[in-house]
Amino acid sequence: MRIEPLGDSALIIRVVDDFARDPEASLNAVLAALGYLKAAAIPGVTELAPAYTTIGVFYDPARIESADSDQAPFDFLSAKIQSILNASSFENEAEIEAPLIEIPVCYDRGLAPDLGDVARVTDLAEAEVIRRHASGAYRVSCVGFIAGFPFLSGLPPELATPRRAAPRKEVPAGSVGIGGGQTGIYPRTSPGGWNLIGRTPLRLFDVHCDPPTMLQAGDRVRFREISRKEFDSFSP
Amino acid sequence: MNAFIQSAGFLTSVQDLGRAGFRQSGVSIGGALDAHAMRVANALVGNEDNAAGLEATLGKLRLRFEDQRVVAWCGGAFTVRIGAADLPPGHAGLITKGEELIMTAPNAGSRAWLAISGGIDVPLVLGSRSTDLRGNFGGHEGRTLRDGDTLQLGDPAISPARMAEMFGDRKIAEWTASSAWVTTAQRDRFLRILRGPDWTRFTPAAQTALVGEPFTVTLDSDRMGARLDGSNLERVNASDLLSEAVAPGTLQVPPNGKPILLLGDCQTIGGYPKIGHVITVDLPIAAQLWAGDLVRFHEVSLAEAQQLLREREDDFARFRVGLSLQRS
Repeated sequence: MRIEPLGDSALIIRVVDDFARDPEASLNAVLAALGYLKAAAIPGVTELAPAYTTIGVFYDPARIESADSDQAPFDFLSAKIQSILNASSFENEAEIEAPLIEIPVCYDRGLAPDLGDVARVTDLAEAEVIRRHASGAYRVSCVGFIAGFPFLSGLPPELATPRRAAPRKEVPAGSVGIGGGQTGIYPRTSPGGWNLIGRTPLRLFDVHCDPPTMLQAGDRVRFREISRKEFDSFSP
Repeated sequence: MNAFIQSAGFLTSVQDLGRAGFRQSGVSIGGALDAHAMRVANALVGNEDNAAGLEATLGKLRLRFEDQRVVAWCGGAFTVRIGAADLPPGHAGLITKGEELIMTAPNAGSRAWLAISGGIDVPLVLGSRSTDLRGNFGGHEGRTLRDGDTLQLGDPAISPARMAEMFGDRKIAEWTASSAWVTTAQRDRFLRILRGPDWTRFTPAAQTALVGEPFTVTLDSDRMGARLDGSNLERVNASDLLSEAVAPGTLQVPPNGKPILLLGDCQTIGGYPKIGHVITVDLPIAAQLWAGDLVRFHEVSLAEAQQLLREREDDFARFRVGLSLQRS
């Protein structure tokens, strides 16, 4: 574990070194560390932001209570974090309790403008791309980039497809895409460069809900293929 | 009671100190790009630090008020008038029913923050009144203001009678905040930086160029970030990075080698390498950058940056006490 400053009011904890070697274990370690830090509720810390192998810790240097006034707030806080995490056995944490969420996805051509490109790049039939994508077991690595966007790990490796050379100006809300070795869902209409292979009628981000996102880092996700008719008549 | 937007200018939005606590859901901190300026303006009109005010970009703002209010502003080199009276930055001004507040286009800098006693009473969304312009939520209907909009104002902490008494026969109060806080448009824009987490991923030439050469702010800059043109900042190798937390002040470098200085509406995580980070006390200067501006970076230590921030917070606390004595 390493702790590095991100400017003067945030720091990054590098919880594990290598995500690719074991994404499941990396995520479990990050989520366990996140849990210990939340429970510690360190005064002056304003936000914790997990992503893949790291946790961003945002703090107010003027509110960090170091006993020794000569000690810089960063030094005090990173020592505090070290001691909290060293006292915890999170690196060998067993499976973290994670909810399984089912997301209905319609892979109809009309909602999947890049299905043909993905089939071509992966050298698979379109129906096979759909079958493999819909049967994958996924996990939310992090939520970010835009509000409520879940980055899902667990894409069958043969479906990996590079992002589009020129991003679209407008990707419809609910679009399910492949970007490199990951898959994700656009929570709202926004620009984007991922290959769009389907769409969910679910609303993934709602400012009137707490939390505002349907999916949280660590959640397990399965897709359920639905027909165009079911998509069109869907009411959440 | 209301404020009427007669002219909304180029880009004006309702902002407070931002939406903390939802980075885990991908929600930007947002808020006034110069949160300190918003806080100072709020203090001058008797508001809580976090009251919602207006962030005006390039000015050309005209407002009219339905009742008597105290207003104050901080930011770039704008001219602001209440009727015929000049309202300098960092001074409280009394504005009476039906009177107009006019903000011109700036001579330097790009943004200003206007506080109104009582604050702007838009609904709290995810704990903040700030407008999230990318997410289209918060603030006034989740969007920038338009000509003809009506904003509901909160109840001022200071009664109208007390207000009139405080101002006497003047319209503009004599007390003021430190000029460094209220006038942030600089001719020579020096931003102090810390090394970023990916400093060593850049070539020695890139490291030298970052602190030795000027960069120009380009046209495609916005509340997410100021895009900079100058020397190509090249990396030692082009290995891909996993996305991780970024923050306002982060200097990230996409593969084209042109740095982007992230501002308040920046994304919560990013995968571009972070070569540096502008220190918090210099974010007010960063918030004034506009297309064509030249900016230079100067490296300082983390201990120094945090010391400067602690000193500013102490000064602000004293300023708050001073204001309350003034009014008691």
